[in-house]
Amino acid sequence: MKEILFRFLAGGVLVSLFAFVGDIFRPKSFAGLFGAAPSVALATLALTIIADGKEYASIEARSMVGGAIAFLVYASVTSRILMRYKPRALTATLALMPVWLGVAFGVWFVWLR
Amino acid sequence: MGIVGLETSSLESSRWREYAVRFLFGGLITAVTGLIAKKWGPGFAGLFLAFPAIFPAGATLIEKHEKQKKQKAGMDGTARGRAAASVDAAGAAMGSIGLMVFGVVVWRFLPDHASWAVLTVAGVAWMGVSVLLWWVRKLA
Repeated sequence: MKEILFRFLAGGVLVSLFAFVGDIFRPKSFAGLFGAAPSVALATLALTIIADGKEYASIEARSMVGGAIAFLVYASVTSRILMRYKPRALTATLALMPVWLGVAFGVWFVWLR
Repeated sequence: MGIVGLETSSLESSRWREYAVRFLFGGLITAVTGLIAKKWGPGFAGLFLAFPAIFPAGATLIEKHEKQKKQKAGMDGTARGRAAASVDAAGAAMGSIGLMVFGVVVWRFLPDHASWAVLTVAGVAWMGVSVLLWWVRKLA
């Protein structure tokens, strides 16, 4: 329980820090880079290295590449849908979440399993 | 690269509640990733290190802030807000390529090198690749 709480705090702090930095940059396309900042990854990997060792963390990092491929597809599709059909951002980003899940699980099944 | 600047006015419109939402989502996904690793192993849990946990919140806030800005100027601002969210998503797509490089650096170098050095180099690689891609796209 203590470890989960520690992960929650570390993840929350790092995500907030990157969000803060992203908020002060312009133009928006540059600020958007911070939407894919390695905040969760840094928090998770640092704690995993301490708790389970470097080999274990390196396996997580390998799979993270699959998650990032899924993020690329998801963000690209979201950008196009928002530009073309102009739905609400919240609607588009949440409705398209299965794109990330589908690509991530697909990459895991084909490459990482 | 004089085309990148700081806009502190966005901080005035970013209320603390909005940061709290991102703190909550960031903390939750980090905690859940730890639980997934315990249940299904690091090979599956690693996918969630690149889960777009706070991206919907960020894009929604950008839409809201751009809309409010236009409304203050007497315009509707709905279309402008959604276009701004689209531009933000395009930026996140470039950042995700940097995220892939981050993952590759940690995966390949962590077992044989100092952890702090690998995480630092990976973070710099993420930033470098993301900015380079953004810059190349801007020039194109």
